[in-house]
Amino acid sequence: MPLNSKIPQGELSQKWTTYKSTCKLVNPANKRQLEVIVIGTGLAGASAAASLGEMGYKVKTFCFQDSPRRAHSIAAQGGINAAKNYQNDGDSTYRLFYDTVKGGDYRSREGNVYRLAEVSANIIDQCVAQGVPFAREYGGLLSNRSFGGVQVQRTFYAAGQTGQQLLIGAYQALERQVALGNVTQYSRHEMLEVVIIDGKARGVIVRNLVTGELERHFGHAVLLCSGGYGNVFYLSTNAMGSNVTAAWKAHKSGAFFGNPCFTQIHPTCIPVSGDHQSKLTLMSESLRNDGRIWVPKKQGDTRKPNEIPVEERDYYLERRYPAFGNLVPRDVASRAAKERCDAGYGVGSSRQAVYLDFASAIERYGKIEAGKHGNHNPDAETVRQLGEEVVKEKYGNLFEMYEKITGEDPYKIPMRIYPAVHYTMGGLWVDYELMTTVPGLYALGEANFSDHGANRLGASALMQGLADGYFVIPYTLGNYLADDIRTKAIPTTHEAFEAAEKKVKERIETMMNIKGSESVESFHKRLGKIMWDKCGMARNAKGLAEAIEEIKALRKEFWANVRIPGEIKEYNPELDKAGRVADFLELGELMCKDALYRSESCGGHFREESQTEEGEALRKDDEFTLVAAWEYKGDSNFELHKEDLNYEVMHLTQRSYK
Amino acid sequence: MEHYSMNLTLKVWKQKNTKTKGHFETFQVKNISSEMSFLEMFDVLNEQLIAEGKEPIAFDHDCREGICGMCSMYINGRAHGPWHHTTTCQLHMREYKDGDTIVVEPWRANAFPVIKDLVVDRQAFDRIIQAGGYISANTGNAVDANSIPIEKHKADEAFAAAACIGCGACVAACPNASAMLFLSAKASHLALLPQGDPERKIRAVNMVEQMDKEGFGSCSNIGLCEASCPKGISLENIARLNREYLGAVFGEGGDNA
Repeated sequence: MPLNSKIPQGELSQKWTTYKSTCKLVNPANKRQLEVIVIGTGLAGASAAASLGEMGYKVKTFCFQDSPRRAHSIAAQGGINAAKNYQNDGDSTYRLFYDTVKGGDYRSREGNVYRLAEVSANIIDQCVAQGVPFAREYGGLLSNRSFGGVQVQRTFYAAGQTGQQLLIGAYQALERQVALGNVTQYSRHEMLEVVIIDGKARGVIVRNLVTGELERHFGHAVLLCSGGYGNVFYLSTNAMGSNVTAAWKAHKSGAFFGNPCFTQIHPTCIPVSGDHQSKLTLMSESLRNDGRIWVPKKQGDTRKPNEIPVEERDYYLERRYPAFGNLVPRDVASRAAKERCDAGYGVGSSRQAVYLDFASAIERYGKIEAGKHGNHNPDAETVRQLGEEVVKEKYGNLFEMYEKITGEDPYKIPMRIYPAVHYTMGGLWVDYELMTTVPGLYALGEANFSDHGANRLGASALMQGLADGYFVIPYTLGNYLADDIRTKAIPTTHEAFEAAEKKVKERIETMMNIKGSESVESFHKRLGKIMWDKCGMARNAKGLAEAIEEIKALRKEFWANVRIPGEIKEYNPELDKAGRVADFLELGELMCKDALYRSESCGGHFREESQTEEGEALRKDDEFTLVAAWEYKGDSNFELHKEDLNYEVMHLTQRSYK
Repeated sequence: MEHYSMNLTLKVWKQKNTKTKGHFETFQVKNISSEMSFLEMFDVLNEQLIAEGKEPIAFDHDCREGICGMCSMYINGRAHGPWHHTTTCQLHMREYKDGDTIVVEPWRANAFPVIKDLVVDRQAFDRIIQAGGYISANTGNAVDANSIPIEKHKADEAFAAAACIGCGACVAACPNASAMLFLSAKASHLALLPQGDPERKIRAVNMVEQMDKEGFGSCSNIGLCEASCPKGISLENIARLNREYLGAVFGEGGDNA
């Protein structure tokens, strides 16, 4: 099947306008007859469901959490980008587009990214109208801050809780539609199959997680807004329940999976404290502005950090990258930390951590402050006190969070940090209209692959989720459903629903009947270790080939020896988790195959065989300026389809940081 | 900080489902590291129970970084346990020492029926929001964001109220199981902003009516809600809502602040 991205013809800046002016519309009376299913209620799902409900469609939403407001979009800290140019610093739609394509290391579609930049300004307007309390200046206008990889201030924020405030805004809009009867919401429900009739997505099978009963729901179209799959690594900054199941079922029903190996690993997270670690917590990247990263020069040094003299410390980023020092890009910083720890220089009880030390910054700021007060010969204690105040003003809430988790005071003892899986740029392949390769089946937000290429810029995930839900799908869905107005709701007694439910039921029963001896958690951990070691920050052909075999073997073991306690027809979180881990065990293999196929390095995907002399990522533009879209062909079989990326406006260049 | 390991006795509420009666069960956990979070200690216990062929304890949790509002344990008589401004998932085991006994219960309120063990149904909160916890602004044609200037202190105050994570600790801590802190935080967040002003009164009336329908108790100004709130939502919000509500019901007045 040839992949058609359906990018509208014409000049880049006019594509979306042209599309909106020419796409088909559905009249209000017909909208009332059309049913839409939305899976997931994070930024993409809640904004889509609310907007479609307002337009008059009959919408059903499903989420596995106890309320739509819990979706993991809520955890985003830093902010949301928008090309408003409120700061008059030269920002524009084009510049946001340019930064995003370059940040993605030239592996995203120009047309999609330009549209994203174009609607970004509307997102801020919409959120303010809903009452999202963004940070403001004394004059009453909105405040902005800078974020990584750009030269303008275009990030809007609400303290360190931007994701929460945006999600609550979308959630409230959604609840309003529930009250008006336009949306029916189902919490503690998980999607376990897509129902396809005559080649089109026409519904889903979901499991009520409280009763364990399976349910059938019809929809003229199905929207997957189910987030990313970082939890395939077991440890990540994702929520415990974040999973690939909805997207994976869609994949197995015919939706291609785009660039599955593109994973973002964030360099500054609180490290693993022991074998019982369940998740990892992010510490904002901004800390690297003032913190110096180091490890002891001696392997396995067990002294406390403050007992190690400066000359026995290895400030390895400053040593290896004198030009950029501690401010090298995310992927470089992450790989360098891993290299030191693997070589036996890691710190902390797990030995999988490096220090992020603020002592120099505290001293520097302290002296400046003392000077401001006319004290040009301050004693050490005065310098420390004044310096700590400055650092507190800048990073106080992060220091507090760090102390709560680790019990250590980062003003006195260097922070311990380590890279962690944070976001997945890969996802279901979609065209310009956000439709997957299955007609009527859409993917929005992190669940799709479309806008971030091989690396996502900070503060762009929130932007994409809301762009897709508020501003893109309301148009593109109408263009599809306009041809469907004569299709009556299909009764869920249809044989396709019967068959889909039977398949789900049998899979659950098979899993429950294994009655083996190893817990779901244990299998998940083992999968995570394979993925992290061999498909993590640095990958090579040998390791990936091994990982594929190891995952196959582990999957076999899972289906022979997993132990799931409890019953099917009851609230049973272990059973829910088992289904998700079983899907991760299949996805992991595809990720490794994709990483093996893409023998270049680009963005977050680093193939050790493809690096410059300085150890930087080396792209192979002639061979890999494309999207790798995988089609499921049955057990362990995936067929590759290539979508060539055509750059009409941007010029491809090798990124350089030295 | 020095790390240590400990053995603990846990008395945990077990309840099969909404219809059956629950009871406490006692469990022993060994070699718990002081570096673990409280929920990781529960992970260890559950893995141990699964290995023994028993059923693990059901509890709600998701983000494990103190923001989603899903975790909900009532620990030694306190919602979210002993730490100030902290959710259960952010409570860490260095709070405890070897030999301690910890009692863990679900949120207890008629409006939050137990689903299983420590898991409760909080959909009543969704329905309170549905009754009016929003600004009626359709997607599509909002005016430019900077055309509505908002005084910084008001924006900050609205943000402080909007920081509520909807966990329900306020209800669990309240002897009356009142939802007034939750409700008033939302009403305040929206009423403090000019965009939320037109619906201010009807919002207060409808949300309070829904809260009563759900079976939450009345507020008698005890203040345990504020004390147990992981996000430090202030009692002032309740006072503000009361003025709003009285103004709406008895005509004149109401708070413009």
